[in-house]
Amino acid sequence: MPQIAQLTADNWYLASQLFWLLVVFAGIYVVIGRGMLPKIEATVDARDRKVADDLAAAKAAHAAADNLEESYRQQSEASRAAAQKAVADAKDKAAKDAEKRLAKVDAELGDKLAAAETEVAAARKSAMAEIESVAAEAASDLVAKLSGAKVAAADAKAAVKAVLHG
Amino acid sequence: MAAESGKIDPMHQFEVTPLGGGFNLGGHEVFFTNSALWMVIAAVVLGLFMWGGMRRQLIPGRWQVAVESFTGFISNMMTANIGTEGRKYTPYVFSLFMFILFCNLLGMLPLGVLGVHPFTVTSHIAITGVLALLSFSIVLVVGFWRHGLHFFSLFVPHGTPLPMIPFIAVIEFISFMIRPFSLGLRLFVAMTAGHVLLKVLSGFVINGFNADNLMIGSVVSVLSFTLMIGISALELLVAGIQAYVFALLTSLYINDAVNLH
Repeated sequence: MPQIAQLTADNWYLASQLFWLLVVFAGIYVVIGRGMLPKIEATVDARDRKVADDLAAAKAAHAAADNLEESYRQQSEASRAAAQKAVADAKDKAAKDAEKRLAKVDAELGDKLAAAETEVAAARKSAMAEIESVAAEAASDLVAKLSGAKVAAADAKAAVKAVLHG
Repeated sequence: MAAESGKIDPMHQFEVTPLGGGFNLGGHEVFFTNSALWMVIAAVVLGLFMWGGMRRQLIPGRWQVAVESFTGFISNMMTANIGTEGRKYTPYVFSLFMFILFCNLLGMLPLGVLGVHPFTVTSHIAITGVLALLSFSIVLVVGFWRHGLHFFSLFVPHGTPLPMIPFIAVIEFISFMIRPFSLGLRLFVAMTAGHVLLKVLSGFVINGFNADNLMIGSVVSVLSFTLMIGISALELLVAGIQAYVFALLTSLYINDAVNLH
């Protein structure tokens, strides 16, 4: 096994191995371990931080959007409720108005009807009276023509009345 | 791979040979070896890999994702095992993990086909042991720096009955002192065993086809080659797992030092 044989056999072996190992390893430690590694780690850390920041920003934006949506929803709900109330009020008012107007028109029509009825009654009465007088005249004329007897107007009237009213 | 006259030495691949550049350092000759070459290659490949992930874009490309998944893997492990304070030790554990991982993987490259022999740096106890001792010293330094002598309470787990304390403390102390050995040995053994196994099997493949009885030899070769494919996949897994285990145990030991029990 040269690894152990050379340790004791060759005077230069251990010194060469140690010397070059220390030179090379020190070089690696200084240049790579101390020089390059921290820079690479800094890059990784910066990236991790950036990702974390971006995630936090995205989360905040998400929350803000949620809030906005919530307030928008509340607003639209409130305005919908207001609109519904306004519609209901308008309907209510319109119904009341219509009722009032209807009542008024109803009363007017009732008055007109009553007036017309009294007029009709009066007209019938006067018509009746006219018919009575015409009938009495006709009756007295008929009697005069048939019998030549003169009938007093009052008698004729009474007779006609008796006949007309049964 | 020394295949002279059908004799294959599976240990030859672990031999460290000087490539040049010798100079004297405190009485010891220091050469630029094949081991050092592959350490440098691992460092360069690792540097290129990391550099590709340095675009620092907010939306990462594929390469950047690959690099960030490695850094994220280690820093998550550190924060999970140690807490927020663990990030202080991430550069060390990350360098450790990536260095071991790249050394393990580069040693697995089938470059022998091209005549280049990859060398697995982490298959040497001298390397893994030093890395383990480094982790262990960090644990000691951090532990005594933060807790002073109170660090010794690590050897007395919470809620130990009073008469049990001497025994438990001895056991805990031994298990604590064994840590650097088990840490270094585990990686070294796993890497060595895997490469020896692959080399032995590849020796079977070659010797099988060179055998006098080609009939039986071919069967052996084909079977060995099939087995090699599976074991290569397993070794890739082991390369990752051993790097992970080394980094994980280091982070757990640092956790002991930072938070005690």
